[in-house]
Amino acid sequence: MATDLNASSIRPAAPGAADALARLALAPVPLFLMQPVLGRIVRRIARLRPEIFGRIGPHVRKSFQIDPVNMPFVLVLHPDPANPRLCAARRHAAPRPDARIAGNFLTLLAVADGRLDGDALFFTRELVVEGDTEAAVCLRHALDDLEGSIADDVADMFGPPGRAVLALLRRVGTPNEGR
Amino acid sequence: MIRPELVCPAGTPASLRAAVDAGADAVYCGFQNATNARNFPGLNFTLPELEQGIAYAHARGAKALLAVNSFPPAGETALWKQAVDDGVRLGADALIVADIGVAQYAATRHPQQRLHLSVQAGAPSVEAIRYYTEEFGIKRVVLPRILTIPEIKALHAEIGCEIECFIFGNHGLMAEGRCSLTNYVTGLSTNMDGVCSPAADVAYIEDAQRNLTVKLGEFTMDCIACGGMAGYPTICKGRYLAPHRDDGYYAFEEPISLNLAELLPDLVKAGVTAFKIEGRQRSRAYVKAVVAAWRAAVDNIMEGREPRIADLLAFTEGHKQTQGAAASKRWR
Repeated sequence: MATDLNASSIRPAAPGAADALARLALAPVPLFLMQPVLGRIVRRIARLRPEIFGRIGPHVRKSFQIDPVNMPFVLVLHPDPANPRLCAARRHAAPRPDARIAGNFLTLLAVADGRLDGDALFFTRELVVEGDTEAAVCLRHALDDLEGSIADDVADMFGPPGRAVLALLRRVGTPNEGR
Repeated sequence: MIRPELVCPAGTPASLRAAVDAGADAVYCGFQNATNARNFPGLNFTLPELEQGIAYAHARGAKALLAVNSFPPAGETALWKQAVDDGVRLGADALIVADIGVAQYAATRHPQQRLHLSVQAGAPSVEAIRYYTEEFGIKRVVLPRILTIPEIKALHAEIGCEIECFIFGNHGLMAEGRCSLTNYVTGLSTNMDGVCSPAADVAYIEDAQRNLTVKLGEFTMDCIACGGMAGYPTICKGRYLAPHRDDGYYAFEEPISLNLAELLPDLVKAGVTAFKIEGRQRSRAYVKAVVAAWRAAVDNIMEGREPRIADLLAFTEGHKQTQGAAASKRWR
């Protein structure tokens, strides 16, 4: 078979400069400073993209732990349409979730962005799913069906600086994508 | 040489748009219920979504096919009849059916509607396919993944309908439409409920050393060492212990994906009308990349060039790919 692309073109880049950048930027941030921002993010997404709750279906009252394993915190999501919540917690102190999705920060970003395939990442063990598998699958499909990118929505909240940081993370994080 | 149709998966509206934008000639999708064989949670289309999806495809010159390809349990045909009626009303270019009752209903109630025979019907012979074409006016058969190219060519000469075959994705050699392994373990039927290895019954347990245990219901299907590749949590791809084996072994099939890129010219010569990509359960990233790759490959062979295609290994199950039965039947 002739080959135009190598496999790395559709895989996340190895943790590198962007990873270090994000870790450096977020590590010293006290969690209490992150909470209002995360709350704004999830409420904005719920307002802009209410269709997400339809695909999460019977699991909207469950808790999801999004675990960027190379970051010093986890995110806890409650996708309740009446009261959507997203907060950060230290890994050792995080409440036990119904479902946990874990992976490298950039990997999770790329999945949320619709740039990488969750199944392929699961096959290579770069994405970990634990707990309520059906709830995790529903969340994955719900996010994947969103037009555009949640990451763009979040970056837009912070104006040009937010979009610049996201562009940097994407550029450094997945250097071969699309070639 | 007839230009083959590239038939692509659409598990969500976003995937449908991604497939069309990437060059699909046709997309196939299903409703959010047991009438289709990918009735996975969080997947598939509502009526308004399908209506919009069909409009999106048609506006860009692509066809939209609706899979109504599971088997109604006794006395519960209303849902399947409704799916057929809705598909016709919304303008699906073809209905993909498997059950003879559903085929009969569609053929008699909507005689102008184009019908395709799903792989779930498991029709691998001239006699079986002719039965569907003669009785229900089936215009295209989706062949099971158990035929060699010479066998496909021989079929083409005798069946009098179009042939669609899988070229990429899940490589399931269990007899389609007849596998009851999920039913045995979970009580849900792949063929009637439309879900193989329901996610609600799947458990992934990773220990501190990153060894992964995969369970379906009470059954452990695999134990994957740290760094080992995983596959879908289907019983047929599991690795099991047996008294005569020292270690776990793949009793049915290995986690592996079908990839017939090198065989595309031979498939066209054998009379294949449509190339099908598996993966309605996959993400829009998969759909975008895989459809674009196969679009380029099909265009290449139509222009007399080699079917050059991007390396899709990263999307394959277990990071392995095979030509399966298309090349030979010596896979086991």
